[in-house]
Amino acid sequence: MTYIGSSVKRVEDKRFITGQGNYTDDIVLPQMTYACMVRSPHAHAEIVSVDIAHAEQMDGVVKIFTGKDTDAAGIGGVPCGWQVDFKNGDTMKEPPHPLLVSDKARHAGDAVAMVIAETYAQAKDAAEMVMVEYNVLPAVTNAKVARADGAPQVHADVPNNLAFDWELGNPREEVDAAIAAAHHVTTLEFINQRVICNAIEPRSAIGHFDTAYDKYTLYTSTQNPHLIRLLLCAFVLGLPEHKVRVVGPDVGGGFGSKIFHYTEEALVIWGSNQIKRPIKWTAERRESFMTDAAGRDHITTAKMAFDKDGNVLALSADTYANMGAYLSTFAPAVPTYLHGTLLQGLYTTPLINVSVDAVFTNTTAVDAYRGAGRPEATYLLERLMDTAALEMGRDPAELRLQNFIAPFDGVEQEGYQTQVALQYDSGNYEPVLKRGLEMVGYEQFRADQKAAEGTGKLLGIGFSTYIEACGIAPSAVVGALGARAGLFESAQVQVHPTGKVSVYSGSHSHGQGHETSFAQVVADKMGIPMEDVEIIHGDSDAVAFGMGTYGSRSLAVGGSAIVKSIEKVLEKGAKIAAHLLEASVDDLDYAEGKWTVRGTDKSVAFGDVSLTAYVPHNYPEGLEPGLDFSSFYDPANFTYPFGCHICIVEIDTETGEVKIKRFIAVDDVGNVINPMIVDGQIHGGLAQGIGQAFCEGAIYDESGQLINGTYMDYVMPRADDLPSFEIDRTVTPCPHNPLGVKGAGEAGCIGSTPAVVNAVMDALKGYGIHDVEMPITSQKVWNIIHGS
Amino acid sequence: MVPSKFAYHRPSTVKEAIELLAAHGDDSKILSGGHSLVPVLKLRLNDPEHIIDVSGIESMGGIRDNEKSITIGANATHGEIANNAALKAHAPMIAHAASMIGDVQVRNFGTIGGSIAHADPAADWPAVLLAADANVVLSHAGGQREVDIDQFFKGLFMTAMDEEEIITAIRIPKTAFNKNSTYVKFPQPASRFALVGCAAAIANSDGYITEARVAFSGVSGTPFRDSNVEKSLKGSVLNEGSIATATASVADGVSILSDHFAKENYRKHMAGVYARKALSALA
Ligand SMILES: Cc1cc2nc3c(=O)[nH]c(=O)nc-3n(C[C@H](O)[C@H](O)[C@H](O)COP(=O)(O)OP(=O)(O)OC[C@H]3O[C@@H](n4cnc5c(N)ncnc54)[C@H](O)[C@@H]3O)c2cc1C
Repeated sequence: MTYIGSSVKRVEDKRFITGQGNYTDDIVLPQMTYACMVRSPHAHAEIVSVDIAHAEQMDGVVKIFTGKDTDAAGIGGVPCGWQVDFKNGDTMKEPPHPLLVSDKARHAGDAVAMVIAETYAQAKDAAEMVMVEYNVLPAVTNAKVARADGAPQVHADVPNNLAFDWELGNPREEVDAAIAAAHHVTTLEFINQRVICNAIEPRSAIGHFDTAYDKYTLYTSTQNPHLIRLLLCAFVLGLPEHKVRVVGPDVGGGFGSKIFHYTEEALVIWGSNQIKRPIKWTAERRESFMTDAAGRDHITTAKMAFDKDGNVLALSADTYANMGAYLSTFAPAVPTYLHGTLLQGLYTTPLINVSVDAVFTNTTAVDAYRGAGRPEATYLLERLMDTAALEMGRDPAELRLQNFIAPFDGVEQEGYQTQVALQYDSGNYEPVLKRGLEMVGYEQFRADQKAAEGTGKLLGIGFSTYIEACGIAPSAVVGALGARAGLFESAQVQVHPTGKVSVYSGSHSHGQGHETSFAQVVADKMGIPMEDVEIIHGDSDAVAFGMGTYGSRSLAVGGSAIVKSIEKVLEKGAKIAAHLLEASVDDLDYAEGKWTVRGTDKSVAFGDVSLTAYVPHNYPEGLEPGLDFSSFYDPANFTYPFGCHICIVEIDTETGEVKIKRFIAVDDVGNVINPMIVDGQIHGGLAQGIGQAFCEGAIYDESGQLINGTYMDYVMPRADDLPSFEIDRTVTPCPHNPLGVKGAGEAGCIGSTPAVVNAVMDALKGYGIHDVEMPITSQKVWNIIHGS
Repeated sequence: MVPSKFAYHRPSTVKEAIELLAAHGDDSKILSGGHSLVPVLKLRLNDPEHIIDVSGIESMGGIRDNEKSITIGANATHGEIANNAALKAHAPMIAHAASMIGDVQVRNFGTIGGSIAHADPAADWPAVLLAADANVVLSHAGGQREVDIDQFFKGLFMTAMDEEEIITAIRIPKTAFNKNSTYVKFPQPASRFALVGCAAAIANSDGYITEARVAFSGVSGTPFRDSNVEKSLKGSVLNEGSIATATASVADGVSILSDHFAKENYRKHMAGVYARKALSALA
């Protein structure tokens, strides 16, 4: 049986579909208490006083902690996990992110106190009676505005709210000179708006200090339990790591927002030792809107220069990246090493310079959100490409084909060295665009578009040919770029005496289907049925170490670690088999679950070998018993999926309503283990990317209030907003990992957004505009058409 | 999200409910399907001490097909209304509008009485009931009264209901215009309430319009009938020309809502477009 490449149904779905998933909020511990946070309603306000006297006396209240208590305990706050220093070498500004603020609130939702009670309702009632006196200050929510002199100061010791500035690529003067001398320059100023992650499961955390063992357990809705443990122990609370267990049980979606170490996790752990009882905190949906790290929020000016034949000569980009009020765990990496480094795109642009100001504002922190930096880079490049084609009277597909990097497989031909630090692993870009054009029926579409003129309906087509980078690695390189963690993965393959296999992975599934895809890999590589394989993840007491799941890294990095352990198992298994078969290891072949002496019918089954490993009566001399191996895999490079997304829209000129008629996605994610799961990842990503274009976007008022912080006002894309996706793939294997896989979790979200906006711009090309701010509402389109 | 503490009452007759309301006055709230009230309670925008759940009062339920009217119990759910044969036959816009409210779960819980008591200007019912010339049946300690729907909606979340009254039913007259009626909506993309909801009901005689009722939800803080549109239509033949004339200046003189989905100018324009769509469907 070959499992790899087949659409095996997801084994985890039984428990999810039948409501038997085990999420953090489902966990109930004896003696458990419930926490409710008192949060600042103001975006920027000094805390004059906090009066808990009345609240403390209320029914069921166990304890109330304020910022004074965490200050007194000497807790510095949650750290940032990535350091990006200023252009001039100065150290990144990294003001503390306190668990509870005692001096001032820096965004609406900043926690001032934690109320712990016997029930959540009691905690909530008492939280309402904690009297906080605020001195409200002017707030700033826009990163560009925050840089100006006289803007409100989010942190007293961060002048002009600049956390750091950064640049990458060729010298700016060279780039600017090339732009100045170019035949044509396309300039765009745009906003890549803030989106809120909106995982269906709100964040939740339970802290439990077990006085019998002096051991802490944190259950938390996280994408990376070990990383949380490391940060909690080494940076926040100074706890002994062997006395802390972090469990990320079933997690209902993360999209990046559950990578980060949040204050509430540290609070429930610290608090549980103070009161010697477990504490559960679960976000209300409103708290999710106010406190989950958000995504995007870039204000950018970008220029792309061309010669008279349409060859790209140079690219410059200047971005204000909104960091929010504090630096979240990976925030500094997102607009820099995950954004600037992708600005080569699929094009041979010889000169590139990107410059970023990372800015504090009175808003919720911004960090990685599905795609993290690469969607912003793709949006920048692909909007420029279509706009340039329009301005130069060129066909957008042809303009791309002309500028594509030539194919290279990373084996015969070297990887492609970009102007912005990265070296692409393997790529063959023409086929994805050509396949897309074929699927869309490009010539017919252009004819239909002409025919629609004057009917009150405008048709438009938009392209996006993207590249992205997954499985960020190797550790030494990311360390040099400022990461305060490694980016490898671990896996243990434990063969039981009966030949059944438990696999412990440091990756963490929160919707991706690891329990299926990983089991497919293991079953195939070991020649055993999938039913004999169990994938275990998400518990730091079960899994030796792990870096978790984000950046589409799980199969490329975590899967490769599993393969390494399988190789070790099979290598030792062969020694045992050789002994049992009285043959030499070199004369054995392993296939379909048994070792066979080449050219004979003498064989021994995997199960017999595993039994022998644990009942080593007749056993090779000097070989240790057991069949159980761990590996750590640190990749040689990132992987670079790419693809082509094409969107067709129809606009009603009378109402400004936009309908997506078709959406075509041809992605190359390397080898595919489970096509159904990859399709699902692409579909979900497309919905999110299209959602950014048409639906989503945080709106703050002048005082820093999020005015669309509920589902009554914050638009999420729904199934009936979307067409039936037409998807296909090409396969360019990754040359540097054993599975040849590249990663598929974010591609849909990375490529789709500019395709949609480009399609709307193509439809509106008669109106002399070059940009429309996302989300594209009917009102905005109507304004353009009707000139208001 | 948990509400503040409250005492829960579940009367089985209207009389009992009214007595409870009288006893607890300001500190109480009627609960029907809970699909507007429960979110309000959970967000702690209101914290009544007493909740009087009327969903068990049998006389407030069901849909009765009478000789001259159809009586919809206040507790009838949107789902029941959407599937009611008498309403589909005599006032199709009522059943149609009900089918466009929220999703299946909302329609199976939310009630017509709860919706109009709540009086959200963007809800679907106000436009439809205005166009239908409905009467709202209110019960109080002294008996009951019927209020003409034109007198019922008083503003944002405000109605003609007295504090100690309960809506027990909505009466829809069996008229020629209700038989020939429809409802269209331009939904707010997040909540899917109406940015513009337009209900139109037209009676003809010998091809000429004898009565036209055209009403809007979502456009203004108070749902309204547009008398200019109605006057313009009356006496004419319903066709492209008369519809264009009638809908050229929809919502003139009305104070129009504005938000990040639809500013005043756009909302007014869309009110015109949707009025035309509704009327065209009847032409
Ligand atoms: C997800 C979602 C989507 C929705 N989508 C739509 C939509 O598209 N269009 C739309 O129009 N609506 C929509 N709604 C609102 C829905 O229609 C509500 O059901 C309705 O507004 C309230 O009816 P209820 O029976 O649930 O009332 P409740 O929530 O129980 O009560 C609402 C108010 O009415 C009062 N009340 C209830 N019954 C009576 C009575 N008999 N007499 C006096 N006062 C009473 C209550 O005290 C309360 O103030 C949606 C709601 C949700 C949750």
